[in-house]
Amino acid sequence: MTLLYTEIEEQLRAAVRDLLTDKASPGAADDGELWKALARDIGVAGLLIPEELGGAGASAREAAVVLEELGRAVTPVPYLTSAVLATRALLGVPDAEDLLERLAAGEITAALAVPFGSSPYRSPLSTLGDGAQAVSIAGSAISGQIAAVAGADVADVLVVPVRTGLAIVAADDPGVTVTPVTSLDLTRPIATVEFASAAARFVAVEPGAVRDTLAFGAGLLASEQLGVAEWCLTSTVAYLRERTQFARPVGSFQALKHRLADLWLEIVGARAAARNAADQLAAGWSHSARVAVAVAQAHCGAVAVHAAEECVQLHGGIGMTWEHPAHLYLKRAKTDEIALGTPGDHREALVGLVDLPGPVRA
Amino acid sequence: MDATAVRERVSALLAEHDPATTDPTEFLRARFDAGLAWLYFPVGLGGLGASRDLQSLADQLLRGTPDNDPGRIAIGLGMAAPTILAFGTEEQKRRFLRPLYTGEEVWCQLFSEPGAGSDLASLATRAVRDGDEWVVDGQKVWTSGAHLSRWGILVARTDPDVPKHRGITYFICDMHAPGVEVRPLRQITGEAEFNEVFLTGVRLSDELRLGEIGDGWRVAQTTLMNERVAIGGGTPRGRRSMIGLLADTWRERPELRSHDLHQRLLKLWVDSEIMRLTGARLREQLAAGHPGPEGSGMKLLFAQLHQEASGFEVELLRDEGLGYDDWSFRRSDGVDFLGRGAGYRYLRAKGNSIEGGTSEILRNIVAERVLGLPSEPRVDKDVPWKDLPR
Repeated sequence: MTLLYTEIEEQLRAAVRDLLTDKASPGAADDGELWKALARDIGVAGLLIPEELGGAGASAREAAVVLEELGRAVTPVPYLTSAVLATRALLGVPDAEDLLERLAAGEITAALAVPFGSSPYRSPLSTLGDGAQAVSIAGSAISGQIAAVAGADVADVLVVPVRTGLAIVAADDPGVTVTPVTSLDLTRPIATVEFASAAARFVAVEPGAVRDTLAFGAGLLASEQLGVAEWCLTSTVAYLRERTQFARPVGSFQALKHRLADLWLEIVGARAAARNAADQLAAGWSHSARVAVAVAQAHCGAVAVHAAEECVQLHGGIGMTWEHPAHLYLKRAKTDEIALGTPGDHREALVGLVDLPGPVRA
Repeated sequence: MDATAVRERVSALLAEHDPATTDPTEFLRARFDAGLAWLYFPVGLGGLGASRDLQSLADQLLRGTPDNDPGRIAIGLGMAAPTILAFGTEEQKRRFLRPLYTGEEVWCQLFSEPGAGSDLASLATRAVRDGDEWVVDGQKVWTSGAHLSRWGILVARTDPDVPKHRGITYFICDMHAPGVEVRPLRQITGEAEFNEVFLTGVRLSDELRLGEIGDGWRVAQTTLMNERVAIGGGTPRGRRSMIGLLADTWRERPELRSHDLHQRLLKLWVDSEIMRLTGARLREQLAAGHPGPEGSGMKLLFAQLHQEASGFEVELLRDEGLGYDDWSFRRSDGVDFLGRGAGYRYLRAKGNSIEGGTSEILRNIVAERVLGLPSEPRVDKDVPWKDLPR
């Protein structure tokens, strides 16, 4: 176990970064080619899937490195939603091996049909709402509506948590409607998913498995947030060295230097926390993994937002334009702060995890 | 040199010098001679030329044997020793390192002056050559342990006619020499952990010069870097920490809890964990031989967190926080950031962002050396020291 990057992880990073430098530019939509190259040529889609199912049999540590790079470029690909969240939900489910094989090969993508803001510390079924919004089962079909699902717009398969386990639904089933929502995050939009007697295949999962999947995703999201924050810091530093006002590079003003030094320090902490979460998750599901996830999310979510906000502010007027990519990072960072539990949700989880109970009632 | 070799050496040391019956100083001398003092130092100088990560193994194997008082020898161990190792002559290394390690000779640091704090390079203490000796005149301040010390690491101006960084020379000051006067300096905690040191016509042999004449600024950088690591090095897991102290009080005293404090405690807990992980990652980088720039940030992080946590503790304690254990003016032999009462801890923590480089100066260092941002326009750069406004 280490908080550093291994040589193999650095090679994976270089492969992803080279491809993104080559084929992606911030803000450009993906017509599917970029994801195909990432998923199939580099093989990121199958990183978490065992080798016997055609995957790479890698761990959360490698997946985290991919997310750092995707965050750094706010790449509009369904890696987190399909190759991390939906894949993790299906891992170890005996009836889902066919799906995992196709996911590993990059033939299909999937999405876990839960609101993107779902906290790992609440039952996903309760976050799906109740009454009219709940997903109901009738025979081998499901009906209902789930709002704010990330990655659903490009998914071939929807993985829906239901009371008996998971319902697996083909996105092109006539009973499925996926309506893209105008989203704060332009590079990872959300959609409303509606089922009207959609044909489903039901698989059983362990109790709490969906929550564990959300926590796993939250732990890895920290690495994406680290990537977002690093881009923001690097591009702000580069700009402040170039931009001249009052006949000096504005980066020579102490007021700005101190802000960037503080931001750098927050990011140093974010890297340690994100690495720790990935490392703990790679070692298996444990109490210390839960603590590592909660700590990483409580810190990294806010760091990415702070970095993106400083990036906009310190770029001055240009940071406020549609033309400059800073806004894409701000929108991603603010969305990521809510995704898979807010920093507050994760801090609150520590109450039980590390025994810091709240006030007793008088 | 590997773990097995270290184990063998420790067994041999313990076999020859039973820690239960050997005089503590004798034991420490033997430990030094066995190369088990600081394993990463060269053979013959208390080390084995081993990698740094073997040190913790040796410390662990020798736990419970006589050890030096960490507060008393902190400056010798953390600052003087690495500087002597890097810049000392063979003779200086042999003369000074062994008694420094055993605690027989305590060291202090003669750097800051009333007129030279953050701008240390503007220092005004003069050292004038007189044959084989130097005559030192000036005033130093914030010198912890000066009254206990045999030696001090001293920076003094040897050439006022060149720009400030270039006219400084580094010396080892004989604290028993005539003309050295030590006066306690009372601080906001009530006690005197530090001193003012007045140097009047102090004669130092040229053999006490460390490094070249005029190269003192570069030598001092080694000392200062090590000082920051020593203050902000982080707390390894399991060692007592401020947040551990707070969490214990919180669990034992439910009547003190409130919703507001609860939210803030959870934040502090996360911040402490972030600092611990940052330190752990830094130590891994050091062990792997790739020291990252993270080192410059650790002291900043530590100061911020320690101040916030100690302020939180006083507030948490409510009525008890209104008291203070002892204001009497007395000297303290060492410093324990976690010692005494909550009020002391709160007040002492205020020094964490001032001592060993203020947080403002550390932010400049991070911005310029790590991030590569340009420095502020300088008015003192190519001006001889004697022409600078003071």
